Amino acid sequence: MNVETAPALSDPDLAASDLDDLGLGREDYRTLYHTMRLQREFEERVYRLFRQGRLVGAAYAGAGHEAIAAGSAYALGDADILVPMHRVIGAHFLRGHTARDMMCQYLGRANGPTAGKDGNMHCGDWDHHIVGMISHLGANIPVAAGVALASKIRGGGAVSLTYIGEGGSSIGDFHEGLNFAAVHSLPMVLIVENNKFAYSTPTRFEYACEHIVDRARGYGVEGALVDGTDVRAVYKATRDAVDLAREGGGPTLIEARCTRLLGHAQHDDAFYVPKDIMEDGWNNDPVTKAESLLLERKYFTREEIDGIQEEVKGIVDDAVDYAEQSPLPEPEEALQGVYAD
Amino acid sequence: MPPVTYLEAISSGLREEMERDESVFCLGEDIGVYGGAFKITKGFLDDFGEDRVIDAPVAESVIIGAAMGAALMGMRPVAEMQFADFITCGFNQLVNNVAKTHYRWGAAVPLVVRCPSGAIGNAGPFHSQNPEAWFCKVPGLKVVAPATTYDAKGLLKSSIRDNNPVLYFEHKGLYRFPRIREEIPEEDYTVPIGEAAVRREGGDATIVTYGKMVFHSLDAAETLAGEGVETEVLDLRSLLPYDKQAILESVRKTNRLLVVHEDTLTGGFGGEIAAVVAEEAFEHLDAPVRRLAAIDTPVPFSPPLEQYFLPNTEKVTTALRELLAY
Ligand SMILES: Cc1ncc(C[n+]2csc(CCOP(=O)(O)OP(=O)(O)O)c2C)c(N)n1
Ligand SMILES: [Mg+2]
Repeated sequence: MNVETAPALSDPDLAASDLDDLGLGREDYRTLYHTMRLQREFEERVYRLFRQGRLVGAAYAGAGHEAIAAGSAYALGDADILVPMHRVIGAHFLRGHTARDMMCQYLGRANGPTAGKDGNMHCGDWDHHIVGMISHLGANIPVAAGVALASKIRGGGAVSLTYIGEGGSSIGDFHEGLNFAAVHSLPMVLIVENNKFAYSTPTRFEYACEHIVDRARGYGVEGALVDGTDVRAVYKATRDAVDLAREGGGPTLIEARCTRLLGHAQHDDAFYVPKDIMEDGWNNDPVTKAESLLLERKYFTREEIDGIQEEVKGIVDDAVDYAEQSPLPEPEEALQGVYAD
Repeated sequence: MPPVTYLEAISSGLREEMERDESVFCLGEDIGVYGGAFKITKGFLDDFGEDRVIDAPVAESVIIGAAMGAALMGMRPVAEMQFADFITCGFNQLVNNVAKTHYRWGAAVPLVVRCPSGAIGNAGPFHSQNPEAWFCKVPGLKVVAPATTYDAKGLLKSSIRDNNPVLYFEHKGLYRFPRIREEIPEEDYTVPIGEAAVRREGGDATIVTYGKMVFHSLDAAETLAGEGVETEVLDLRSLLPYDKQAILESVRKTNRLLVVHEDTLTGGFGGEIAAVVAEEAFEHLDAPVRRLAAIDTPVPFSPPLEQYFLPNTEKVTTALRELLAY
């Protein structure tokens, strides 16, 4: 997909035709919706635990990014590698991290994915083909390129999927990673989650082109601009990009637009976000939108949707109980693991 | 003037310098409307405008590199790292370009990089580090790390007025530390770069330290004072250049040295202190120099791990006892 031919946002034709023809069945939609709902419920609970003083460390949420998380990771095959960022915990769930795993991670427990060494969504897990994120924005992109490089050299067709916020796309690593992937035609997909703000900074202080995806041409890679609140659109764009990458067609830069529905993290009330942007964001809440779609298209009944919500709530309740009863690490474990054997 | 916090002292120091000198300006992430992640520049955008309070893209290399460019043109930029941990993304600009410019072709680079550093509890490996030692081996840079509210303001002013690049480490755990709320002079004052301060006098042992560890050291000294031991606590305040004379003088008096810092042990700045004392005051030592620092691992997230990792009053007290028992 070229920049010129990228679909306009919320193009009605796209919604009506292309997106109905994705080959997704009821079970697929169930999984996608379940994942989005689980991300929302999980992160709402993390915020609540924070307010109650039961959390360890800071609370972040990807409210508004659920369609990006679920739609993109759902386009991956088992052998593909996820290199996630801070607003796509749903992608962790799809790759096999359970709510229990992630809650233990958030609460610094010995049985979380990093055994308390790091917190919140800063965790990788080779069993699930997830590379752990670091805080330094953009540092993941060259790594995703390297993962794709190894895949190209060794064969096997694995694709790496990584993310960056529109703010993080300002950093040098973005350029270095994407350019390297382009030069070597690496099987990498890079999704820019454009939620209009980087912490408090609006996009006009981050980039001066119209769309970040405009850069695709400069790098000589494919580009796609999608409505990041529509899980089908994200799924389709990612699947196309993954297919292209697998066929040796090189990387794709996808810009998925959405709105960050809360502050940057729990301490931030987002006073600097104009009211109309926030309202518009909530009117396009990806979770609600997915729900309406499923009901409208009669994929699911109201009762079934309510059933999924109940189920998800139960999963998160259980995760909190489980994590709170799980042991903290022993102090001396701090010494372990600096080096590989 | 009512007592102010360390954070307020930094903020008012920066504000006064911007009022005093038009060439001073700030740049960094979220420092405008938001007032900075820790609110140091709160209200600055309204008072000084967009040209002097610049919300930079998330890109530390350009924040530091552009600060250098502006400094070459005669301005005095004060760059903010949102967390000291992110300074790594501007490492090349700082250690190769900024630091070596005056030596190579004689152009001064008067800039300040403010670095909120240190562990404040469960912020994990990327929001808790004390990266000062990476820079203390870079000729051309200056490095300061104030511990008190008075020094925070005075050293910031000196840093801004200095004709060289200065890394200014502000420990996040001191920002609102009630114990160091203090009345500071209303009139303009500075604290010279390169001078240590004796925070407590004593003749039995010396602790050389800086930053937040000054207070753990003072508390340990207080505990041992109850047992009849008088410990001198020397707050370095500046790491590059550091006050060698003050260290040697104290060690020659007490004959025992404990070096304490929150950064990790191996390759930490404490090694430099130990080395200089070994070289220049060896014959005055009654015991081997001891170092107490964080263990040699990344800063872990979970509470038991982080507590194990960090030096604290109890650990300083134990180390001091061992030093005295030698
Ligand atoms: C290199 C680097 N500098 C600064 C930060 C601090 N920081 C964390 S998130 C953030 C804003 C990120 O905005 P964006 O990339 O748009 O992602 P969003 O949070 O909006 O999803 C900043 C500045 C960081 N993590 N890494
Ligand atoms: Mg953003």
